[in-house]
Amino acid sequence: MPAIDRAALLRDLQRLLPGHCIVADTECQRPYECDALTIYRELPLLVVLPETVQQVQAVLQLCHQRQVPVVARGSGTGLCAGAMPHPEGLLLGLSKLDRVIEIDPLARTARVQPGVSNLAISAAAAGCGLYYGPDPSSQIACSIGGNVAENSGGVHCLKYGLTVHNILSLELLTVAGEQLTIGSQGLDTPGYDLLALLTGSEGLLGIVVEVTVRLLPVPQAAQVVMAGFPTVAAAGDAVGAVIAAGIIPAGLEMMDRLAVQAAEDFAGAGYPRDAEALLLCEVDGTSEEVEGDAARVAELFRSLGASSIVTSRDEAQRALLWQGRKSAFPAVGRLAPDYYCMDGTIPRSMVSRVLEEIARLSAHYGLRVANVFHAGDGNLHPLILFDASNPQEVRRAEQFGAAILSLSVQVGGCITGEHGVGLEKLRQMPEQFSERELALLEEIKCAFDPGLTLNPGKGVPILRRCQEYRALPARHQHA
Amino acid sequence: MPERPDGDIEQAIATQVRAAAAHRQGLYIQGGGSKRALLGRDCEAAVLDVSGHCGITDYQPAELVLSARAGTPLTALQAVLATQGQELPFEPPTFQGRATLGGTLACNLSGPARPWRGSIRDLVLGVRLVDASGECLRFGGKVMKNVAGYDVSRLQAGALGTLGVLTEISVKVLPRAQRTTTLAYELPAAEAIEMMNRRAATAAPLSGACWLDGTLYLRLAGEAGAVAHTARRWGGQALAEADAPWSDLREMRLPFFAGDAPLWRLSVKPSAALAGPAAQLLDWGGAQRWLRGDFDLAQLQGLASAAGGHVTLFRGGDRRGEVRPFPGEVHRRLQQRLKHSFDPQGLFNPGRLYGWL
Ligand SMILES: Cc1cc2nc3c(=O)[nH]c(=O)nc-3n(C[C@H](O)[C@H](O)[C@H](O)COP(=O)(O)OP(=O)(O)OC[C@H]3O[C@@H](n4cnc5c(N)ncnc54)[C@H](O)[C@@H]3O)c2cc1C
Repeated sequence: MPAIDRAALLRDLQRLLPGHCIVADTECQRPYECDALTIYRELPLLVVLPETVQQVQAVLQLCHQRQVPVVARGSGTGLCAGAMPHPEGLLLGLSKLDRVIEIDPLARTARVQPGVSNLAISAAAAGCGLYYGPDPSSQIACSIGGNVAENSGGVHCLKYGLTVHNILSLELLTVAGEQLTIGSQGLDTPGYDLLALLTGSEGLLGIVVEVTVRLLPVPQAAQVVMAGFPTVAAAGDAVGAVIAAGIIPAGLEMMDRLAVQAAEDFAGAGYPRDAEALLLCEVDGTSEEVEGDAARVAELFRSLGASSIVTSRDEAQRALLWQGRKSAFPAVGRLAPDYYCMDGTIPRSMVSRVLEEIARLSAHYGLRVANVFHAGDGNLHPLILFDASNPQEVRRAEQFGAAILSLSVQVGGCITGEHGVGLEKLRQMPEQFSERELALLEEIKCAFDPGLTLNPGKGVPILRRCQEYRALPARHQHA
Repeated sequence: MPERPDGDIEQAIATQVRAAAAHRQGLYIQGGGSKRALLGRDCEAAVLDVSGHCGITDYQPAELVLSARAGTPLTALQAVLATQGQELPFEPPTFQGRATLGGTLACNLSGPARPWRGSIRDLVLGVRLVDASGECLRFGGKVMKNVAGYDVSRLQAGALGTLGVLTEISVKVLPRAQRTTTLAYELPAAEAIEMMNRRAATAAPLSGACWLDGTLYLRLAGEAGAVAHTARRWGGQALAEADAPWSDLREMRLPFFAGDAPLWRLSVKPSAALAGPAAQLLDWGGAQRWLRGDFDLAQLQGLASAAGGHVTLFRGGDRRGEVRPFPGEVHRRLQQRLKHSFDPQGLFNPGRLYGWL
């Protein structure tokens, strides 16, 4: 491949887009050099911020013609360097496509552009008594396009599912800029389920320019039961006991001692500082259901040795109890210059074994760690504390993180539950997949993007075949 | 159906696939044979019988996960789940005990609870499959959340076995409802569609909404207090047998489904106005609509498109021609390339999904 002529590319883009939609100046490009995993940074050739789907399409057609790499970006809250720019490519920001196009209260759907924030959808639907289910902690900022690309989850996914369970259709632009509808307004679409394949595909298979999401009725009532436990094992048992009792909570979250203390300092939610582990269990539904279930959960927690139990009395207290959990990342972030968030999923029953091992690794690497756990669905977020200005600590944090991911696979889980592979976890992919399995993933990539220009070097390690099509710049080959 | 003994024949399946690959010979993958005449086009290829690959391989009630070999009959799974007060939330048809887990995933079949509790497509967590070179591959796993790599497990749903031989499947299971009540209302279709959708938009333990022969049925299932309270609020006539219409609907045993006339399925926006022939059976809160008779695929697809969805010739009619609408050139190209990445020689269920696939 010949090197890309930046000046020529800029001239062509200026014919397609108004000047204010192109960011060519290096200093103005800085905000786009990374996502929320800031240890990986790169500047693109150019940043474009189109305002219409037609502009996105024209940009893609141009890049396809010139074989220029394209990296999509929503709000840049990703945690796997998925939206980190390609040094020889274009960063395609979708944040200006931020219109809620239509709410259909009877069919319970919302049609939105990809740059709309997750929370804005629920806000727009609130007047109809509806909301959008998946609620990542980043929901004020993260875009629905990014949510689709990562198959994002949230604290309420145990009962209401992930992004893939809550969307009906996408308008997609292929790498060549062809538009197609994936899915429909019904529940089944003939042929291969491209909606499932696209969800979680990290911007490697196509660019999402519109999403139709399903909306849920706002539950009549919800209560959260908070309980402190003297050991992690006791809290782990309590999680299993709730499920075994036939209750599916709307959310079931665990935090360890360090995370509890940090969250309490940050939010003042009334968490017990002396607990080794804290559980937050939310039940929702009709008023009768909620009263009954909250009482059963509290009783279970008491019988399993909870040292303190608080059941929310009203909406204000419920919001406060969640406030601590939802701000856990920034709260832990205050304990050290930087934190590194891991994202393995493990079988629920393994939680105390895994946390013990993480504590051992923490001592080994000499780095503190706070654990936040979507306990209901086994998704563990260890937050490793380190100082990014110290290259040695960065290396140790990366090694510690890698060890946690290996551990997740060893106990029967996976390397990422909701944050994605991106650039960050490419090296761990062979721990979860065999070479033949990786080759198949690579073939799927090639089926959509034979020239490998969509978000190259991310998501799936490119092993063999596809390299015949295009030689990637050396620093973006991760095989 | 006699109970089938457990057996692990994955290696034998792989050997048969390798032999077929060597001779460039197509294979028709068959489990219980309950869906041979459903959903797909006719397929003449030699049968690869996977019904002997049978048995539960792992069941952890507290993890809400069950794994079983693909040839395991659904009824065998349901019996084991029931001992723990759990069930398959997607409420699949069991077709007199013949339906297997693998076939159910390949056809993406699920029952009346689908809009509320998901289909097998929504609940599948991981699969093992034998690929076109006879190798065993694993995607997904036994945990609720997993976004490493593309979602190959879910891609199997509705692929009609054209991407590989499914050998083991892990699904999420859920506790059974404490209480179930069915309410009936005499209503014309238009009003029934309106009511199904209005009620689905309010917080209530709704888990089924169908309309047939002038009667709307709503099913409430969940915590006992919530079900009783909602039933009082909603009125209507409570059926003595709460399960009756639902199991006949799910198993396609209603008189509506009898006989040889072609059976069409419209998958549409749930609130869409009724269009086309009046004699329709509505399920999934209006999102799935059934029709009988000699219609033209293109003509019905016109109706379905206007209602935001698609039509499928589900059973009967001409199954040598296409049974689902043409998806457009770009879709066709992508689907052919996908098929090629899994099965470059076109061994598995040739022509079953589309004539060109
Ligand atoms: C404090 C904090 C809390 C978080 N909590 C959660 C949580 O609870 N659950 C969770 O799942 N995640 C969480 N995240 C991670 C992150 O918010 C999600 O991954 C989110 O979906 C990313 O959205 P974004 O718009 O910021 O995407 P970006 O970071 O901009 O991009 C993410 C990926 O999507 C691709 N992409 C973006 N838009 C498009 C598009 N339109 N078409 C195609 N590809 C596209 C990009 O190329 C990239 O690969 C959290 C992050 C932070 C910082």
